[in-house]
Amino acid sequence: MPEWTEALIWQALDEIKDPEIPVVSVVEMGIVRAVQVDGDRVTVTFTPTFSGCPALDVMREQIHSRLRALGIPNVEVRTVLHPPWTSDWITDAARAKLRAFGLAPPARHGGDVNVILLDQAPCPRCGSDDTTLRNRFGSTLCRTIYTCNVCHETFEQFKAL
Amino acid sequence: MTEIERALAEKLLALADDELILAHRNSEWTGHAPILEEDIALANIAQDELGHAMLYYELHCALAGGTPDRLAFFREAADFRNVQLVELPKGDWAFTMLRQYLFDAYELALLAQLTHSAHRPLAEVAAKVRNEELYHYKHTGAWVRRLGLGTEESHCRMQTALNELWPYTAQLFTPGADEEVLVKAGITPPPAEVREAWAAKVLPWLEAANLSIPLAPTVTLRRAEHTPHLTRLLAEMQSVARSDPAAEW
Repeated sequence: MPEWTEALIWQALDEIKDPEIPVVSVVEMGIVRAVQVDGDRVTVTFTPTFSGCPALDVMREQIHSRLRALGIPNVEVRTVLHPPWTSDWITDAARAKLRAFGLAPPARHGGDVNVILLDQAPCPRCGSDDTTLRNRFGSTLCRTIYTCNVCHETFEQFKAL
Repeated sequence: MTEIERALAEKLLALADDELILAHRNSEWTGHAPILEEDIALANIAQDELGHAMLYYELHCALAGGTPDRLAFFREAADFRNVQLVELPKGDWAFTMLRQYLFDAYELALLAQLTHSAHRPLAEVAAKVRNEELYHYKHTGAWVRRLGLGTEESHCRMQTALNELWPYTAQLFTPGADEEVLVKAGITPPPAEVREAWAAKVLPWLEAANLSIPLAPTVTLRRAEHTPHLTRLLAEMQSVARSDPAAEW
């Protein structure tokens, strides 16, 4: 019987991309909170980003099928709400990928909810801080729309939460 | 179920139904909002509220059985526990924005207290939902000011909306039949405290938007009482699911 180490599972999960942002993985987004291996049983602890996000079920299903493809017979994806997901958990590496993808990463707020609503996002294209909030809501639940006043591009920011 | 569990299941249903019905009303603007940005914003808000409804339904079902889909699509109007505020037709833009603002402020006041709920799953949902709600509150609050302080017509529409909506806000704070059981158990806050926190948010904001607060409402309604508008809303919302109850999605 093959041995599944936690490191192997984490590596496999890191290949699963966020369906709405295909450049970052569910691990980099901080959506996978824990992995537990118990014999032939693997439990993945999962936490939702935005409560109404339609990609959540897709991600849960992808975790299931990716781990079953490794030959693991018993896979459980456990959903927890505590502690609530925060955009602070998005790793530095993922932030760089978001920027390259044209999506400004969210400001880190350290749990201070007031900072969440500061209308600040540096332009992911030219790097300027001179940007204007166009719409607090965007093409998905997790996006806000800005315009850059220097390069005049319209861009989206991943919402701070 | 114990007495507390029964009371809690009823409360969770009320919380979920408020979110579901308001989400549906807001979704009626999709494709019809005054400008594209607002079409997107309101669709987002509706989707958020639907997500929150789902969380509350799941907690309800953990106690009382059933599934969120059965609850949403196969109950009659009399079985819904939403307040009348959220079932009223969407009205004009001022009405929709003001209703959402008044409700967002209520949610924030309530959620701040529910994060300390003795029912741990409810406290966790409250903590989760709260930050998402901040976006709604800030957005709709800005619209209340913009229209209240805008042109003569926008001000008039906002004041008309406030006059119409205000009496319905009382129901948000009307204790349910078993509310006392939950308050005593530390599961939900006393409605009077939520009302006080709500009033501290909305009264100064409405006044700063140059709106006159109508006289305090005295109407108290039970959550099982509905306007005919709910029946019509459900007829539309439930029609697809009911056309093939055995369908898998």
